[in-house]
Amino acid sequence: MTRKTFRQSLSRFWVGNAVPVMFVVLIAFAIPLSRFSANYLVGEVITRLGRDSFLVFSLLIPIMAGMGLNFGMVLGAMAGQIGIILVTNWGMTGVGGLFVAMAVGTPLAILLGWAAGIVMNHAKGREMVTSLILGYFINGVYQLVVLYIMGKIIPISNSAIVLSRGYGIRNAIDLKTMRQSLDRLIPLKIDGIQIPVATFVVIALLCLFIWWFGKTKLGHDMRAVGQDMKVAEEAGIKVERTRIIAIIISTVLACYGQIIFLQNIGTLNTYNSHDQTATFAVAALLIGGASVARASIPNVFIGVILFHTMFVVSPTAGKQLMGSAMIGEYFRVFVSYGVIALSIVLYAWKRVKEREQSRSSLRGDQDL
Amino acid sequence: MSEQEPLLELKGITKEYYGNRVLTDVCFNLRRGEILGLVGENGAGKSTLMNILFGMSVISETGGYNGEVCLEGTTVNFQSPFDALAAGIGMVHQEFSLIPGFTATENILLNGEVLHDNIVTKVFGPRMKTLDFPAMRAIAKNSIDLLGVNISPDTLVAEMPVGHKQFTELAREIHRPEMKVLVLDEPTAVLTESEAQVLLTSLRRLADTGIGIIFITHRLQEIFDVCNRIVILRDGKVVREVATTDTTMPQVAELMVGRDLSGHAAASTEYDAATETILAVEHLWVDMPGETVRDVSFDVHKGEVFGIGGLAGQGKLGIPNGIMGLYAAGGKVRLHDKDVPLNEPAAPLAAGMAFVSEDRRGVGLLLEEALDWNIAFTAMQAQNKFMRPLLGGLIKWRDDRAIRDLAQKYVKALDIKCTDTNQPAQELSGGNQQKVCLAKAFAVEPDVLFVSEPTRGIDVGAKSLVLDALRSYNRDKGTTIVMISSELEELRSICDRIAIVDEGRIAGILPPTASAKDFGLLMIGRRTHEQEAVNNHD
Amino acid sequence: MTSIRTLIDKAGWPRIIIALLLLSLFLAAPAVGVRVDQSLTDTIVRFGMNGVLVLGMIPMVQTGCGLNFGLPLGIIAGLLGATLSIEFGLTGAGGFFGAIGLALPFAVLLGWGYGLLLNRVKGDEMMIATYVGFSSVSFMCMMWMLLPYHSPTMVWGYGGTGLRTTISLERFWVHILDDFLAIRIGQNFMFPTGMILFFALMAFVMWAFFHTKTGTAMTAVGSNPEYARASGVSVDRMRTISVIMSTVYGAIGILVYQQSFGFVQLYNGPFFMALPAVAAILIGGASVNKANITNAIIGTVLFQGILTMTPSVINSAIQSDLSEVVRIIVSDGMIVYALTRSTRKSR
Repeated sequence: MTRKTFRQSLSRFWVGNAVPVMFVVLIAFAIPLSRFSANYLVGEVITRLGRDSFLVFSLLIPIMAGMGLNFGMVLGAMAGQIGIILVTNWGMTGVGGLFVAMAVGTPLAILLGWAAGIVMNHAKGREMVTSLILGYFINGVYQLVVLYIMGKIIPISNSAIVLSRGYGIRNAIDLKTMRQSLDRLIPLKIDGIQIPVATFVVIALLCLFIWWFGKTKLGHDMRAVGQDMKVAEEAGIKVERTRIIAIIISTVLACYGQIIFLQNIGTLNTYNSHDQTATFAVAALLIGGASVARASIPNVFIGVILFHTMFVVSPTAGKQLMGSAMIGEYFRVFVSYGVIALSIVLYAWKRVKEREQSRSSLRGDQDL
Repeated sequence: MSEQEPLLELKGITKEYYGNRVLTDVCFNLRRGEILGLVGENGAGKSTLMNILFGMSVISETGGYNGEVCLEGTTVNFQSPFDALAAGIGMVHQEFSLIPGFTATENILLNGEVLHDNIVTKVFGPRMKTLDFPAMRAIAKNSIDLLGVNISPDTLVAEMPVGHKQFTELAREIHRPEMKVLVLDEPTAVLTESEAQVLLTSLRRLADTGIGIIFITHRLQEIFDVCNRIVILRDGKVVREVATTDTTMPQVAELMVGRDLSGHAAASTEYDAATETILAVEHLWVDMPGETVRDVSFDVHKGEVFGIGGLAGQGKLGIPNGIMGLYAAGGKVRLHDKDVPLNEPAAPLAAGMAFVSEDRRGVGLLLEEALDWNIAFTAMQAQNKFMRPLLGGLIKWRDDRAIRDLAQKYVKALDIKCTDTNQPAQELSGGNQQKVCLAKAFAVEPDVLFVSEPTRGIDVGAKSLVLDALRSYNRDKGTTIVMISSELEELRSICDRIAIVDEGRIAGILPPTASAKDFGLLMIGRRTHEQEAVNNHD
Repeated sequence: MTSIRTLIDKAGWPRIIIALLLLSLFLAAPAVGVRVDQSLTDTIVRFGMNGVLVLGMIPMVQTGCGLNFGLPLGIIAGLLGATLSIEFGLTGAGGFFGAIGLALPFAVLLGWGYGLLLNRVKGDEMMIATYVGFSSVSFMCMMWMLLPYHSPTMVWGYGGTGLRTTISLERFWVHILDDFLAIRIGQNFMFPTGMILFFALMAFVMWAFFHTKTGTAMTAVGSNPEYARASGVSVDRMRTISVIMSTVYGAIGILVYQQSFGFVQLYNGPFFMALPAVAAILIGGASVNKANITNAIIGTVLFQGILTMTPSVINSAIQSDLSEVVRIIVSDGMIVYALTRSTRKSR
């Protein structure tokens, strides 16, 4: 009996933490193989913490509301990119430009988030796959807008960002003065490593917001809706509205996150920058130990650190191990998708198991 | 005390569903500090009455009701359960309505949290108010203390034993200061005996604070333990309203089950107990949610119609579902003296048993497929009927013509109203759908046929057609039938013997000619020693 | 009037809009100088190329496993068959059918494992299928570099490791089906008889399968799993069979596609191949849990028709290449639309 419970608790721990543990092991092998210096690695990870954390945070609230991993966050990323394009067109510069881009992106993100929320309310029980495909669909609309409507219907005066044919936005936009304007707003260098202090301050504020949000009525309602829509509805909580708000918040945060991401990178790849946004953000969060139904602030940071360490070291590790950097690059893509697949499978599996477990406890005393 | 106006008064409540009268002129009242027991068989109208009281949308969608509901002297007509709640009427349901990952406090104050203003509230509205956990905890604790139980307000519901969940549910209803009337629907069904006792004590304490309580249960003992008065409903009418001290349990049981057997042709005239046993069930348990079977043993004789009755939730439905392998089950089932494996739906079919499920739309039919498929499918899959072997038996080709012929045969024999055999099952009326389910089972040509709630949800005319079809099938083909039904009258009109199931066990087996009182006593869980002996003997 | 309304209800607005769009594109074609016969040929060829892949959607939809976003798994089996066939130097019809023969064991094996997985995660099939597809494609990206292939046609020539991203079928089995009994009328019209015949054969096999005992049971499983179980059918077994069938059709489908296209695309090639096939069957009138061969045929014609006509007609009309955008909006829009229809009765 005790053996059985020990095995049960062990398997429960494994199901709960399998992913981060596997990654720690993986990275422990890969780092020595890559032969990067500690200094370089730390610098890379700090840069990427600043660059990516905000985007990952945008996933937390829909998880709280029981809507799973919001692959539709790319909608927000696209809104942010449109903000950046317009701001560049208007010739705005520096941190001010970034904030105007956010201001322009916000209403767009709210609109898109609202639409996505409605769509997902119509697809209860398959929110994730719907949000994923919705992301692809809106990507089509985005391309239509950026490639054909901008410069034709929406006036674009800055010829540096317009394609030579006279309309449509160029493939790559140099963000010039906006580049790292937030990261370097408060300059700090430790041991040659650039610390993006202001970005970290923004992220800290976001953490504070999310922590506080969990204590509000709305956040509380979201948790209730996330756990049991029917009970929440019976208690008088407006379930559909709450879910829509969750998606709107996520989309708006993703919009800001993408702008922060782009200012760090320094160039906007108009048609590709948002391609992998959701995949990488989701993968990072899951690697941090989150699941489809539960995610916390530490999951974000652990995830970004583990995921991006792996991201940095895998090409060189691949080269050392297999003689080809390409292998490492394919490997990290495989890991991103694989970890998402694994997490969803584990989650679905756990749900089935829990259902069985609760039923077996019902059976109890019958075998008399 | 007796001079005061009633807290809640129901005056002449009448309700029809699609021309089907389910409540007729129901009148009774509830005083402050009183516990009123509401008893009746399934379908007596208890739930419709509660739906009216709580303003459930199903009532207004089906044309409202006649009569008046008065709360403290003013007529009320609630449009939604939230209106009822606001007016001070609360309900504890049979199923828990709790959020598992929340604490007792959070559940007790769900959507009624204590909130604080903050700066953001001004801009973004009241949903950005922050929760005041200490204040909430205090309210929850108060409410729990009032019940006289020991539950920490910080326990997660998911980690509570079932009894505590029930108390949490109760605490949620009573934490509101405006609470005046509390309705409890079978609150003790999931509790152990000692937990049930604690609950009854809590109810008494609550009533002493001036709340009026309507207590619905099938356990008459509890009614007699705690209630001041009893209202007995039967066929949508109040047949008796009586003070608990003025009546006895057998009296109530008899009133509940009702009509004595007059004018009913008992089917058991030529029943012969000496015929061989065809089906033997020993120590069967079935894990069917809401219909748990704990330990059931019985024998069915060849050629008889064996009835299984009992109140809802007692496990009678679990018996056929377990035997047919649809829910996890254990014990022994023997057909023709051969063991039939459990938990494998194919095995009982192959052994010669068939089942008409009570869940017609969920299990009984392929709603989107044509009639002929619905009728032929089970026989096709379980017995390889309606198949043409091709390439020397390598391929089993569906014989669409044979399927159509079969369907047409049954459409004619059972008088199924349909455009043709290609019509999807979902387009038929309930009665005709039930006939399709029967045809499906008949097509298997079983030795033993289980029929579960064959007349549930179909109109009167179709009811007698379905029962006639069963009767003639039993007579003409000699098929043994086990019929499970909530309607005792129906069982008494067709069965040779009737077993009554209570709390997952067989309370007793009676001939259809036994008195209503005897059936009633078995249903309400008052097994006497003689009946126990009968049960064991069988 | 009412009959028109029922027709619209039955077909659904998205299908009608797409059909009208396609019709207007064909009508507009001559006006902007696009040859209709050429367009027809293209449409037919693309129908043949994609038809088998779309057929592969049917079994899983029918057993209630949902839309097979995991189609890349079948495609990988097909790619293994194709590369092995080239590795063994098989050419002509032998090469093509050899590739099918070599692909089948992989497809059955992968489908079986995939089916077992999906049986454990009922209710979440589509999301998991998507990511099983994605991760297996990216896993194979590594494998294409590591597997010990030698054929010089396939391996990077100069110092590189692994297989090329695209492998020409020129000397192997290019157009092996297209050209079989092909009918040519004039300069611009060609009917790829062999490929269409092959599609018909695959469709017939599918049709026949659904007329057997197992096929009937599969349909019942999708329609109401509880009913099927109560009739003694093993729901899990039927689902596994359907997943294997879908995967096998995916493998054969990609080979048909490649012989017409002329190249084998490895690495990231199969990534997004599932979406057009899913979109096509939905456009053809299927829902998330009901599909038949007619849906597959109509859907493929409409969807591939749009894909053929938009670049030629719209580009000639407004001088810009909208085809990619139209493809994304039509296919993904259709899928989102289908996902938001609640088809299953809520219980």
